[in-house]
Amino acid sequence: MGLLAIENLSVSYGKVEAIRNVSLKVEAGEIVTVIGPNGAGKTTLLMTIIGLLPCRGRILFNGEDITGLDTERRVEMGFGLVPERRELFAEMSVYDNLLLGAFSRRDGTAAVRRSIDEVFDRFPRLRERRNQNAGTLSGGERQMLAFARALMSKPTLLMLDEPSLGLAPLIVKEVFRIIPFLRDLGVSILLIEQNARSALETANYGYVMETGEIVRQGLASELIHDPQLIATYLGGQERAH
Amino acid sequence: MNAQIAAILTMDGVATGAIYVLMALGFVLIFSVTRIVFVPFGDIAAFTALTLAALESRQFPGTVGLVAVLAVAATAMELFAILRARSFARIPRALFFYLVLPLLPAGVMGFVSGATLNAPLRIIVTVALILPIAPLLDRIVFRPIADASVLLLLIVSVALHFALSGMGLIFFGPEGVRTQSLTDFSVTAAGVPISGESILIVVAAAIFCLLLFLFFEFTIQGKALQATAMNRTGARLMGIRPAHAGTVAFLLGSAMAAISGVLIAPVNTIFYDSGFIIGLKAFVGAIIGGLVSFPLTAAGSLFVGVLESFAAFESSPFKEVTVFSLLIPVLLWRSYTLLQPEEDGEE
Repeated sequence: MGLLAIENLSVSYGKVEAIRNVSLKVEAGEIVTVIGPNGAGKTTLLMTIIGLLPCRGRILFNGEDITGLDTERRVEMGFGLVPERRELFAEMSVYDNLLLGAFSRRDGTAAVRRSIDEVFDRFPRLRERRNQNAGTLSGGERQMLAFARALMSKPTLLMLDEPSLGLAPLIVKEVFRIIPFLRDLGVSILLIEQNARSALETANYGYVMETGEIVRQGLASELIHDPQLIATYLGGQERAH
Repeated sequence: MNAQIAAILTMDGVATGAIYVLMALGFVLIFSVTRIVFVPFGDIAAFTALTLAALESRQFPGTVGLVAVLAVAATAMELFAILRARSFARIPRALFFYLVLPLLPAGVMGFVSGATLNAPLRIIVTVALILPIAPLLDRIVFRPIADASVLLLLIVSVALHFALSGMGLIFFGPEGVRTQSLTDFSVTAAGVPISGESILIVVAAAIFCLLLFLFFEFTIQGKALQATAMNRTGARLMGIRPAHAGTVAFLLGSAMAAISGVLIAPVNTIFYDSGFIIGLKAFVGAIIGGLVSFPLTAAGSLFVGVLESFAAFESSPFKEVTVFSLLIPVLLWRSYTLLQPEEDGEE
């Protein structure tokens, strides 16, 4: 029994089926990635798992069927999502964004303050900008804030939607350094990426999604050497490791 | 017009404006959190005045009937939703929040309406009785269409105003009321008489603005409300329920409306349908603030009050025309200066 298990999930926008019969699993302590081209339904998948979109099929969390629960309840249970659009509170300070990240927690202000301090230790740039409005941050800083805010709820499963999208190469590297660190904190991760090579290098297990369906799956270390995937997603010839 | 008249008119205008400030802030609060332009806002203020007057003359206020009807309707809808979702565990909670809590002040009213209460107690009971109206209306009317467009919500809101003002006629009758003045105190400064009533209005408005500010800046609930207004999806991902935030916004907003009703009752004669025009003027103030900015809204509402006071002096029949004509230049100014695309958190 995995931490997260999705069984035969289908999602439609009107008559268009965006996701067809998707099944996947995330074990506790794992980084799982879903790669695939634009429009494959990856973002839709995450939005459905967090409960923002209605679906057919079943979503199990720690063995419990949560398909009927709303987003807020799922967040309370330990789901976290860093959305592609970040969805920060642009006119609020960095500090207040983090404070609201802990909204679903019930362990008191002192514990929340401690967590904010820990998060600032991890992301020192955010401490420098703690009183600045989130809307005035640079793209990379916003992504850091989105990470940090999601961590504030102490999630057991963190879902990352294209965390490297629109960021400068150096910051992308930083993002991919943080992801294994999060796992070491005990957070399981479901990572969605177009940057397939970095994603597979970071992950334990990978799924390939095309036009709403899972077309391949396997250990990330095997997928990264798959000739067909290399040709389609990993940009030409395989690099030596 | 000499300086003294101008001073008197200004004083008068500031007092009226202070009432508009309270209402306009409530408008902006509800709109920013729920995207609903809550047109029946003025009705809430008028019902407060009518309730207070009924208590003064030791009559049973019609508000009790109104709240009872709304509470029963809201409870029925909530129960229906719960039964459909088969989450029966939520029934006691729903009964408490939609039936017991709103009817509690009404029950108290049953005991006290015959008795003589002193003024502060009357005001407290009145406000407690009025408070559930807006959240209940939200549950009955707006919750089922929460995802509709702003325009549709506005139209429903207008319809709701007409429904409410009809119910106002049933529950309160057609007579106008004016309550006892809250204070007889008055003072003369530089030859200009200032009534204690005006001072009270301005002070009360200032205090409640300050409380609202403190709530937003220093409480997690206040921040959650701001967050919902800024980014609904972001807020939901933090576990903040927009429906819950909406209820809090309606509660706070209608508290502001109730207080303006208490303040306006001794200075204006209020009928069951007087609320609309008062609400509309506060709305002009809110528009000056672009329905988002609290400080601009407060300034705009004060300006509306002062303008109205001068307009009434110059030409009484045209005072409404003057105030509402103000909307045209304001809207022009708004549309030319504030057409920046909304920042969405992406570069």
